Amino acid sequence: MIKSLFSDDLPRSVVLSVILGVILVCLALAPFLFPGVRTVDTAARICIFIVLVASYDLLLGYGGIVSFAHTMFFGVGAYGVALALTHMGRGFDAIVVGALSGAVVSAVLALVIGLFSLRVRAIFFAMITLAVASAVAVLVSQMSGLTGGEDGLTFKTPRALTPAFKFGGELFGVKLNGKLLAYYFVFFGALVLFLLMLRVVNSPFGRVLQAIRENDFRAEAIGYRVVYYRVAATCLSAAAAALAGSLYAVWLRYVGPDTTLSMEIMIDILLMVVIGGMGTMYGAVIGATLFVVAQNYLQNLMGAAAGLVEGVPLLPDLLNADRWLLWLGVLFILSVYFFPTGVVGRLRAGR
Amino acid sequence: MSDPILTLDGVFTNIAQYHILQGVDLQVPRRQVTMLLGRNGVGKTTTLRSVIGHWRARQGTIRFDGQDITRMPTPAIARAGIGFVPEDMGIFADLTVEENMVLAAASGPIDPGRLEWIFGAFPPLKTFWTSEAGNLSGGQKQMLSIARAMIEERKLYLIDEPTKGLAPAIISTMARALRELKAQGASILLVEQNFAVAKALGDTANVMDDGRVIWSGPMAQLARDAGLQEQLMGLSLEAH
Amino acid sequence: MTAAPEHAPKMAQASFAERIGPWMPVLLVPVLCVLGFMAIPNTSSWLTLTVSGLAMGMMIFIMASGLTLVFGLMDVINFGHGAFVSVGAFVGISVLLVMGHMTEAPSLMLNLLALLVAVVGAMIATGAMGYAFEKVIVMPVYGHHLKQILVTMGGLIVVEQLIIVLWGPEEIYINRPEALKGAITFAGAALEKYRLVAVAVGLIVFGAMRYVLRRTKIGLIVRAGVQNGEMVEALGYRLRLVFVGVFIAGSALAGLGGVMWGLYQEVITAHMGNQAMILIFIVVIIGGLGSVEGCFIGALLVGLMQNYVAFLEPKAALISNIGLMVAILMWRPMGMIPVVKAK
Repeated sequence: MIKSLFSDDLPRSVVLSVILGVILVCLALAPFLFPGVRTVDTAARICIFIVLVASYDLLLGYGGIVSFAHTMFFGVGAYGVALALTHMGRGFDAIVVGALSGAVVSAVLALVIGLFSLRVRAIFFAMITLAVASAVAVLVSQMSGLTGGEDGLTFKTPRALTPAFKFGGELFGVKLNGKLLAYYFVFFGALVLFLLMLRVVNSPFGRVLQAIRENDFRAEAIGYRVVYYRVAATCLSAAAAALAGSLYAVWLRYVGPDTTLSMEIMIDILLMVVIGGMGTMYGAVIGATLFVVAQNYLQNLMGAAAGLVEGVPLLPDLLNADRWLLWLGVLFILSVYFFPTGVVGRLRAGR
Repeated sequence: MSDPILTLDGVFTNIAQYHILQGVDLQVPRRQVTMLLGRNGVGKTTTLRSVIGHWRARQGTIRFDGQDITRMPTPAIARAGIGFVPEDMGIFADLTVEENMVLAAASGPIDPGRLEWIFGAFPPLKTFWTSEAGNLSGGQKQMLSIARAMIEERKLYLIDEPTKGLAPAIISTMARALRELKAQGASILLVEQNFAVAKALGDTANVMDDGRVIWSGPMAQLARDAGLQEQLMGLSLEAH
Repeated sequence: MTAAPEHAPKMAQASFAERIGPWMPVLLVPVLCVLGFMAIPNTSSWLTLTVSGLAMGMMIFIMASGLTLVFGLMDVINFGHGAFVSVGAFVGISVLLVMGHMTEAPSLMLNLLALLVAVVGAMIATGAMGYAFEKVIVMPVYGHHLKQILVTMGGLIVVEQLIIVLWGPEEIYINRPEALKGAITFAGAALEKYRLVAVAVGLIVFGAMRYVLRRTKIGLIVRAGVQNGEMVEALGYRLRLVFVGVFIAGSALAGLGGVMWGLYQEVITAHMGNQAMILIFIVVIIGGLGSVEGCFIGALLVGLMQNYVAFLEPKAALISNIGLMVAILMWRPMGMIPVVKAK
């Protein structure tokens, strides 16, 4: 039962299983274990980024394709839900319509970009996605009539998902309200999407993808049309990213260029997938969790450290909380060199 | 007899996971044309590429003119005195014939006397001196490829199938040029499928099969003995 | 000597289409200018826009040329190339700020001298940085595109952050040297002096680059290496050294482009290089990866397109360049001047 739920792709390492189990339990019970607006928000962000990073891993780790348009797809999903909720009213039907159209638009965009660039050379894809994603981000902030421009859109989600909706008193000291439902909406949505992607990478399709990543000439020689497989992976990954974006929109009740489309988020995704472990799916769980927790709490620590070395030239600047990306960048380069399989790969190798 | 200019001793070379050379032992005597024969896919091209360093021998040693070149980088091997004419000719198609030749004269300006000699051997190169090499015909490209190796005096020439796909008249031009090269005192290691050329030029012959040299001896002996050819290469060269 | 008759000099007369083929990309630039002329009602506006388009194109070319050569020569794609643009801008502008008395003086000579010092300083800094970048970041990942993209992107992040550490997170506003402020009037059109200088510098760099590539042995090695590096090594040349040299030169040029771009925008930020990379990538893709000429033409097209469209419909400027890229890739999937690889 569990095996089939995980598509026969178990963590294959005791330590890894324990860590994943702890993360799963923490996320599943987050509102009860860590009551508090900020911690629950962190947990929801972790759930969403796990899906987003896993969908990127599908492309990068399994397909061997680097994309810089993943936030664009994420944003398309988020804006899809936002626009649907704005124009159709605050119903679940609007969420479904928004999410589905976001996913479809993303897949079509990915299809077009993929057919254009992957046909020629796989590295074109990285460059073209970078250019297209930036252009779309600019476009979204310019089309303020539709998208709210730089300010973004604030909208109402179904009443059942808002704090104003109460369905009972308290359970273990936690108020039973719509915010709790919204969290579980995000949590289960993310869980289902993650398991679906695990299914995809362990299907025959996923295995062909990996064969292509290892040696595309050979895969082509055996008779697989490499381009079709790569384009299909791009579309799947784009649709999954869009759905993650939809979850994010539902959770935040707001979308804006900075929260969904920015290059900073794209870099965050890259860091998460590499540090967690490319081509493992579970790496997305580890990477996203580590990163989001660090983003929220490590910066305080760095601030404290910078305070300690005050007076020393340059050091306080290097340890400034805003400079944490510097250290992540260094960590990122080192992981690509020395641990290309990331945390998950190390844990599996050390078993 | 003096020591050989090139000696391969138990050379193993892999390409990806495939074991192409499986212990090649080969000697190229000085001032001779040494033929490397065998069916397609037995490792002749890989042997040449292992010598020049495009592919690395995993095991074994390659000695050139008293020097161990097994681990030397390709440019150093070339500068030690080896000219290389690859199977695909390696022409720089966007460069003119002149630019191809200027590049080939790696140690300085082109020696005018030597260039005249090359023009004599390959007249089309003079005609198309300022044309882009990519516009040359197949035979002219092959001439350019060999001329590039010949423009400077080298101790050893590695030449991979110089007559492949060429018309008979051009083949005889090639053969004449190689003979002149040998007459200058150069040593040549020649991969050749055309038996008439092999017989006409070769002093010694080495036959490869399955990643090894399975027979070596005087070319004349191999040329005489149809039975030996049959046994070594699965076909009689005379039939060609 | 009897020449074999087969060798008689004959080259088939190419048809008109075949002969015009290689020149098509070059013709696109005047064609785009004419299209712009027809779309823009006012001749003087058109002239102003054309000059600024050319100026912008020249600067993009200077920034992009190193990237395309590095790719052609060693199949290395450097996503961190924008870091050199940023660093060049910050070093160059810092030098200019230090020499404020020279840039504010109303003397053209003094202004140009200050600019020259700034540019040389920026190019030395980015050239040295290019050397370090090649050794530390790029060399360990030769022949592995995926890792190259990731690692060079990581390098970009680190450099951007280091710029913030050294110069602070705020954008820096700058004034152009006194003599380069303002515009001259020509045929009723206002042409900014600085843009004319940018066009001149761009032409000089392109001319010098073409001279080196066409007329010197090192240029021959580079051009041959782009086509078939293995054979260049078999002729006895150490291609790796040449590559490091090209990497350094390309980085220094990106630094020069950074100073020019900074003075053009009159503001510099740590992220400016990464923003410029969007246009740089479009340019090297439509030009044909590895081709300097293609890069030059592509840069001019992108600069002109951006300026014309920004005048006609400001919001469509960036999108128009994506459209240009799509159109050119539909016409020639490998870019306008595809580089023929031997392998």
